[in-house]
Amino acid sequence: MIAYVIRRIAYAVPILLGVNVITFVLFFVVNSPDDMARLHLGSKHVTADAINKWKSERGYDKPLLWNTMREGSDRATDTIFYRNTVRLFLFDFGQSDSGRDIGYDISQRMWPSLAITLPVFLIGLLLTISLALTIAFFRGTYIDTWAVIVCVAMMSISGLFYIIGGQYVVGKLLRLVPISGFESGWVAIKFVILPVLVGVVGGLGHGTRWYRTIFLEEINRDYVRTARAKGLGEKAVLYGHVLRNALIPILTGVVVVLPSLFLGSLITEAFFGIPGLGSYTIEAIQSQDFAIVRAMVFLGSVLYIIGLILTDISYTLVDPRVRLS
Amino acid sequence: MQIVLLKTDVLFFVLLALAGTYVLYARRHEHLVAPWRQVAERPLGMAAAVVLTTYLVIAVLDSCHFHPRLERMQEDAETSYAGEIRSLLDVALTPLRERVEKTYSAPFAVRAYAKEMIEQADGSTRRGYPRLEYAGAHLADADAERGADILRRALAGLAGGAAVWLGAAALAGLLVARRRRQGFAGVVAGMVRGTLGTPWRSILLTLGAILLAGGFCVALAPYYHVLGTDQTGNDVLFQALKSIRTGLLIGTLTTLVMLPFAIVLGIAAGYFRGWVDDVIQYLYTTLSSIPGVLLIAAAALMLEVYMARNAAAYTSLAARADLRLLALCMILGVTTWTGLCRYLRGEALKLREVDFIAAARAFGVPHRVVLLRHIVPNIMHIVMISIVLDFSGLVLAEAALTYIDIGVDPSMESWGNMINSARLELAREPVVWWSLLAAFVFMFTLVLAANVFADAVRDAFDPRLREAR
Repeated sequence: MIAYVIRRIAYAVPILLGVNVITFVLFFVVNSPDDMARLHLGSKHVTADAINKWKSERGYDKPLLWNTMREGSDRATDTIFYRNTVRLFLFDFGQSDSGRDIGYDISQRMWPSLAITLPVFLIGLLLTISLALTIAFFRGTYIDTWAVIVCVAMMSISGLFYIIGGQYVVGKLLRLVPISGFESGWVAIKFVILPVLVGVVGGLGHGTRWYRTIFLEEINRDYVRTARAKGLGEKAVLYGHVLRNALIPILTGVVVVLPSLFLGSLITEAFFGIPGLGSYTIEAIQSQDFAIVRAMVFLGSVLYIIGLILTDISYTLVDPRVRLS
Repeated sequence: MQIVLLKTDVLFFVLLALAGTYVLYARRHEHLVAPWRQVAERPLGMAAAVVLTTYLVIAVLDSCHFHPRLERMQEDAETSYAGEIRSLLDVALTPLRERVEKTYSAPFAVRAYAKEMIEQADGSTRRGYPRLEYAGAHLADADAERGADILRRALAGLAGGAAVWLGAAALAGLLVARRRRQGFAGVVAGMVRGTLGTPWRSILLTLGAILLAGGFCVALAPYYHVLGTDQTGNDVLFQALKSIRTGLLIGTLTTLVMLPFAIVLGIAAGYFRGWVDDVIQYLYTTLSSIPGVLLIAAAALMLEVYMARNAAAYTSLAARADLRLLALCMILGVTTWTGLCRYLRGEALKLREVDFIAAARAFGVPHRVVLLRHIVPNIMHIVMISIVLDFSGLVLAEAALTYIDIGVDPSMESWGNMINSARLELAREPVVWWSLLAAFVFMFTLVLAANVFADAVRDAFDPRLREAR
């Protein structure tokens, strides 16, 4: 088990390196640092001095891959690639283009993100699974047909409308909670309720329909027939057998997103003014802060890969037939 | 007029040509027609198809661009063309396009949304809701006559729509009757009862709903703003109709861009195994491990830098917006091809062990031929399913991405831009709701139709799933 995990982590290194090469190509080869400087400083009336100053402040004035001006190992390390890419592996995110410490920002801003995504994830999962089980219980009846129709209709509504509708109805008409904003500490709850509600409702259609398919696939299996043959009631079959076995396919989709919960949701956070990592990314995009976007891309990939490893491990825990090798 | 082909237009027409070729090819092959025939027997699926076709027609009209000819100043002057680009849809909607009010106005309103100082006939001023310049301009006393006029025109429009619908239904009945060599009355009875195989009833009902809505708009839109006007006074109905092209292009071009990569790499990985497989697997694992939004954000940022550097090449607003749309399609394609690629690899892995392929190899058929003749036809159903399944998600993604500034160009009509500019107005009193409603209705209809159609296609092409329903 431990050997397997270590090997998986070792596999992750080339993938992360690849991610870094992609972002490096995107940010420094497709467009030179000069172009970035010009975009930041304005394209007209910009002197070469100003560009050089902008570049040297951010360390973008170094050679891309190989520094011929230096001696020894500095030849490889005193370059943009090393400074901006290899250091990410040590989770040293460096400074943003506007001079802030990215690592500190991330450590501060991931908690508000988590305050939204974690409840959305947990409540949403419980609700969709129980709804899907109920629908599976009524399979083949009018309830089933209409439930699927409602699910498809809900899936077809853009997430933006759930947010706008939620803000309008709950925040403006009923005045139950503030429309947007955030505070730290327990006061945060009143700011968190609405985004969580919207997030859960928005994911309901897709989730319920997806889990319903999984349950129906399980229901057609032989062991379910056996359970019925030995005289178990429908409830015992559904909760005792189908649910437990359906957990395995459900796990694939669920565990992999767990670490990514830290990243928050870009859209939700922008709408509700939550100072999490999602709005951090949006602010970076809008102020064209390349260092932050690069760091977030790396962080996102790391979390996704952790999710993949966790998925594999969780398989062995729920399904004794799966052996890691 | 001088025809203009934007980059996205070219790709869109290439896509339509490909689809046309596929239809012509499939018609001659029974095994390719069979699943489509199944789709054609599903009432909901066909209703969705009618809606999708309507959207497609509008998008095609909106993709035929040209520079309109300017009126000659003198008799012998050379013909000159305007700098701006129009589409056939623009021309068809000229009354909607040109009647620009000052600012917001509610649907069917004849007075503006906000109070202003109005100059009276006697020279004094008072605060009040000024009359709109265009809406209800044909009425002498707009406030009093508005209700009756709207009702009259609406009824006339609905009647016109119903007449067109009756004509279309009769035509369909005649064609079916001729093809089946039956009496017209019998065919009509069969259509109503739904015994003809093809669900004519749901097709015609959907068509009827669309024609009634169309007739309503055609009768009223030249005289009123059916869906109100936005902040700069543009007609919201016009914007919503123009946005159809953007939505459809993103849903379809993205697929066109990513398909070659997904198919070639997926099959190569599964069929050749070995180091090819390792390299391709590494490639898609790497790409899929970057969260899609972040990759799109990074690429959008870089596009901005690129356009700032090559500002000279993209002088016109339309060309810039077009490039951004194309870039968005390509980036979305990069983030979505990995899923299909992984599927195809798995399928190719299974297929290469199947007996008929082993036999082909044993006979000495070269890899190239095995791939083209045996593998590709046997994975096409997966490709087809993924095309239709991805479509609705891509349309929804456009709105979300545009909201966080990494979607289409702000100058381009799109549902995302409509939502984006309208959502802050919900805080006003009275609420400006019509832009949101318009974007919601148009988007919801398209995405719902796409989802329903995708389900029908998936059920028809993937027999394994049918039992699970």
